[in-house]
Amino acid sequence: MHTPLPYLDKAVACIYDKIISKLRLMGDTSLYMNKSIRLYGKLFTSTFYLSAFTFGGGYVIIPLMHKKFVEKYRWIEEKEMLDLTAIAQSTPGAMAVNASILIGYRLAGVFGAFVTILGTILPPLIILSVISLFYNEFQENAVIKAILKGMNAGVAAVVADVTVTMGKGIINEKNMFAVLIMIVSFSAVFFFNMDVILIILACAILGLAVTIYGRYKQRGMT
Amino acid sequence: MLYLKLFWSFFQIGLFSIGGGYAAMPLIQKQVVDMNHWLSMNEFVDVVTISQMTPGPIAINSATFVGMRVSGTLGAIVATVGCIFPSCVIVLLIAYFYYKYQNLWVIQGALKGLRPAVVSLIASAGLSILVLALFNGSAVSWFGINLSEIDVVAAILFVTGFIILRKFKPNPVYVMLGCGAVGLICYQFI
Repeated sequence: MHTPLPYLDKAVACIYDKIISKLRLMGDTSLYMNKSIRLYGKLFTSTFYLSAFTFGGGYVIIPLMHKKFVEKYRWIEEKEMLDLTAIAQSTPGAMAVNASILIGYRLAGVFGAFVTILGTILPPLIILSVISLFYNEFQENAVIKAILKGMNAGVAAVVADVTVTMGKGIINEKNMFAVLIMIVSFSAVFFFNMDVILIILACAILGLAVTIYGRYKQRGMT
Repeated sequence: MLYLKLFWSFFQIGLFSIGGGYAAMPLIQKQVVDMNHWLSMNEFVDVVTISQMTPGPIAINSATFVGMRVSGTLGAIVATVGCIFPSCVIVLLIAYFYYKYQNLWVIQGALKGLRPAVVSLIASAGLSILVLALFNGSAVSWFGINLSEIDVVAAILFVTGFIILRKFKPNPVYVMLGCGAVGLICYQFI
């Protein structure tokens, strides 16, 4: 809806903010508190749960997060998830931890990030503590070996599913440049084992160059 | 003093392991085996094996394992916190700037190139896992794959899991658990 007076919206928003902050000061915070506590709880349980099932290293958590936060809760957009993945990949530290910091920060600020970090590191912390005590028995257990072997195939299926969803999103934009980048960077990583950081840098620079060229051409026309 | 040393060692591992996953391995080895002698080389290989079999990033797993071995539960916590501390600071800073400036055309341009690349990175990681699952790690290179060595159970599990995921969109964890259960039956009892 378009209001003839743009200031009116701002004034209403301002008054609304003041009322809310007054209410909070007055101690009538139960409704507000409940909501944020529920959000933190949901963030903690979902990251804890995802982290407990991230077999097979960093990238596996991205499809799982995609399923949960993009497809199920719809808290994060598809494109934004790809941006967050790029940031998580190109910053130091474990990818799963970085990705959950980003998601926590995005959904509930710095405190949200601490909640998701806790959720992410607790499962490996607990599991490894226990295993370090019973390592020999664990390693030679045939039942555990068989379960893990089956789960590997399941993990591959989950990653394949999300890759198809994400790839479709890129292809549907009908942008030759994006498809080309996808093909070239895939061959560079998978067939030629190129350094991931190098590929990320190159693609960022390429994207920037194409955008600058587009702006330059547009300006030349008008 | 020991706690401080644990914290500092894993702080460095967390700070310099860019690229995630196995990129962190040589760094961990240098700190834990060569410099501080907390683990023998054999024990270190064991930690890598455990990391492959259990959830969680390898850096966090080795931090917990080493901390636990060196000085118990508190050691495990100290080492793990040291490991994630650099990520916390750096990633939070970058997240702040990303949400503040994400609409700038410069950032948008760079992201235009990054998004398709990220899809490829995930696809590549997924294919590596698939090859490992189907050929039990016996395939040394992509071109040297011998189709007769394929693990039929894993192949059926993968295809079924994929079709179920595409068609019914269930919670992926159920698919993984289901595959684990079928794996247990097929590999252990048949």
